[in-house]
Amino acid sequence: MKYLQHFFEILYSWSPRLTVSVPFILLLKFSSLQAQELGDHQYTTDAIERGNRIYSRECALCHGPQGDIVDGVNLRVGIFKSVQSDDDLRTVVTQGAGQGQMPAFGFSDADLDGIVAFIRAGFDPEGVAVRIGDPRRGREIFEGRGECSGCHRVNGIGPRTAPDLTEIGAIRTPASLQQNLIDPAAAILPINRPVRLVTRNEETVLGRRLNEDTYTVQVVDSNERLRSFRKSDLVTYEISMRPSKGPTELSGDEVADVVGYLLTLRGQ
Amino acid sequence: MELRNKFLRWSVLLSSLLIAQLAVGQVSYDRILNSKDEPQNWLTYNGGYMSQRHSLLQQIDRENVDQLELKWVLQNQVFGAWQSNPIIVDGIMYVTERPNSVMAVDAVTGRVFWKYRHQNADNALVCCGANNRGVAVLNDKVYMGTLDAHLIALDRINGQVLWKAEVGDVNRAYSVTMAPLAVKDKIMVGVGGGEFGIRGYVAAFDAETGEQAWKTYTIPAPGEPNHDSWEGDDWEHGGAPVWITGSFDPDLNLTYWGVGNPGPDWNAGQRPGDNLYSDSAIALDADTGELKWHFQFTPNDAYDYDSVQVPVLADVEWRGESKKIMMWANRNGYFYVLDRTNGQFLEGKPYVKVNWSSGLDENGRPIPSPQPEGMPTYPGNQGGTNWYPPSYSPSTGLFYFSAWENYATIYRAEESEYIPGRAFLGGGFSVLAPSPGAPTIGIGRTNPINNWTNEVGFASLKAMDPQTGEAVWSYNQFDVSDSGMLTTASDLLFTGGREGYFHGIDAQSGELLWNVSLGGQIVMAPVTYMVNDVQYVAVISGNSLSVFALEE
Repeated sequence: MKYLQHFFEILYSWSPRLTVSVPFILLLKFSSLQAQELGDHQYTTDAIERGNRIYSRECALCHGPQGDIVDGVNLRVGIFKSVQSDDDLRTVVTQGAGQGQMPAFGFSDADLDGIVAFIRAGFDPEGVAVRIGDPRRGREIFEGRGECSGCHRVNGIGPRTAPDLTEIGAIRTPASLQQNLIDPAAAILPINRPVRLVTRNEETVLGRRLNEDTYTVQVVDSNERLRSFRKSDLVTYEISMRPSKGPTELSGDEVADVVGYLLTLRGQ
Repeated sequence: MELRNKFLRWSVLLSSLLIAQLAVGQVSYDRILNSKDEPQNWLTYNGGYMSQRHSLLQQIDRENVDQLELKWVLQNQVFGAWQSNPIIVDGIMYVTERPNSVMAVDAVTGRVFWKYRHQNADNALVCCGANNRGVAVLNDKVYMGTLDAHLIALDRINGQVLWKAEVGDVNRAYSVTMAPLAVKDKIMVGVGGGEFGIRGYVAAFDAETGEQAWKTYTIPAPGEPNHDSWEGDDWEHGGAPVWITGSFDPDLNLTYWGVGNPGPDWNAGQRPGDNLYSDSAIALDADTGELKWHFQFTPNDAYDYDSVQVPVLADVEWRGESKKIMMWANRNGYFYVLDRTNGQFLEGKPYVKVNWSSGLDENGRPIPSPQPEGMPTYPGNQGGTNWYPPSYSPSTGLFYFSAWENYATIYRAEESEYIPGRAFLGGGFSVLAPSPGAPTIGIGRTNPINNWTNEVGFASLKAMDPQTGEAVWSYNQFDVSDSGMLTTASDLLFTGGREGYFHGIDAQSGELLWNVSLGGQIVMAPVTYMVNDVQYVAVISGNSLSVFALEE
């Protein structure tokens, strides 16, 4: 139960109930836009543009303008035969694949970055190209020093207090996953906000909100119990505007690895 | 011979008695005109020509409202938002079901006498669901508009079709979703299709024969006044639909209608000018359809601010003067009071956050303050309120309606080509959410979990004082509400919301007196009626029509 305590100990900022002001929402909205500023966890616009030019010249002949001509591969939407991480992608480009069907290309590092960036941006020159690292390393970080598995459940293992991530790779985009790691306050879905309730019987309940209406609220509490409360039975009902986790302290490479791992989680 | 004579005399007497009986049972125009004299019935969509949705029944009051109990439920056989408003005549309820069925129901037991199903043309097209909002009754007939733009007259006793009239061209995406309005010997309807480049109108049909009596376009043709509020051929497909039932002032002989958005919806630059009479209140002569006045709420609208709200009429002392007023909480975020004799602007104030306009000038014309591209506009696309019927209580002097608070939209305009019968939108929009990719509010609620939360928008029932244009009190809900209002002479207010709670509220103070969770969204106003000295309140929640009365 130690991880649960950890989860709730870091619920540091509480706001009074139902006081979500308009300026606050705007602030979140725009800070989330700012969060898309470039960092070492993603590719630059220059790289994407460079990749666009190289792709048209070198790749489009076989893969097609939309990247979907080769059987079983759709570069634009991220469907590959074996590639998971950016490094896998680099290996295929520089060494070739399919026993000579895909030739090896001798690109410079900058051009290689460009190709990867353009593919990861979904062929959109104005898109966000998130670096995707090694899923195996990402899993180690997720379960180790990233402290993710202390709250999140994956494939039936781990606590249920935070959202289950078993299918997260099928639900979220790489950009969204990355933002959840780097700026969780801007990325958390409002329904998932942590809540603190005190009942008339002086029971204090910490939990994650599952549903709410005018007169009731439903939560999963810190003991993983599903609880429903009438608001009229509560003496205190607080919704934390901050998620239980702070911004990650992982490096850009490590974030890329964790994103790579999360993208492999596509349900059982 | 003598016997035969006796029989003849007797049968003549009997049939004249029957005719007299039938005449009493008929819903004559006079009965509708004086519907206040029979509060046991609910004879028009808006509960009378003034559209106040205020009942003089007071068996249920603030003291006993907590003793309401469920009497019966009628289950809808068709899924989808059930926006129908029941009509009640002498213990018989007439209610429609989507897309276009009519049922005659025993208002005491909920058992069905007959059901009529209309088969719509395959290409019938509506923007926002196969909705129908109810029927009109007049004399021995029931009238319903259809998604394929027809008006149907049914026999009130057996549901037999008596006539069908074409209201509009289904191939050009004209439709009828509103409940018709019966005035004198005519049945009036407007047309939907504001998202498909129609040219809107209100049309009146002879109640007996279905022959069209008049038709008044909501966009003037070349040579008509205000045609110059359009450029080129924009007027031919400029929208301006009429999809909510209007009101009627018998003394002025004027019918009042709310007109919807111009098309294409979001690209105002593609249709320069004020685009009259889109987003306006219009007053039409009840006999000829002639346009007597108009008041435009949102000129050259870029936000889909349909003015399809119900024109709510009242005769009041307004700031020391006897006035015939019209109250209007508009989708554009402003509450208005107009003089309904001439359309003169008396008062207008924002009731929610408004940033598309910085205020109203002395004539009520909005001062535009368009937001930069990518920035949120308040109120959002569904508006500060929408089509859901308000109520005015002469007892409290307050006007009640559902508002959406804290709800904003980011608009995107693009050039749109008009192709008959196809969507004509001119861009799109996204609802402002607190985090990227978070769920937002849509048209109607289909998820039992509110995962968008009040951070995207919430409901505020507002009790407006028309004298000041300010809310005296408001009652908030966590989710938004598309519920209409019902008030009674016992100062009760009944309303619902998307969460499926049915509320009985003190109309004076705003205090919640009673509620029950019915489990499905309430997207129409409740109605009340009386049979055998028992007052009933009927409300549709989700796919169930539930009827309550006091414990016996």
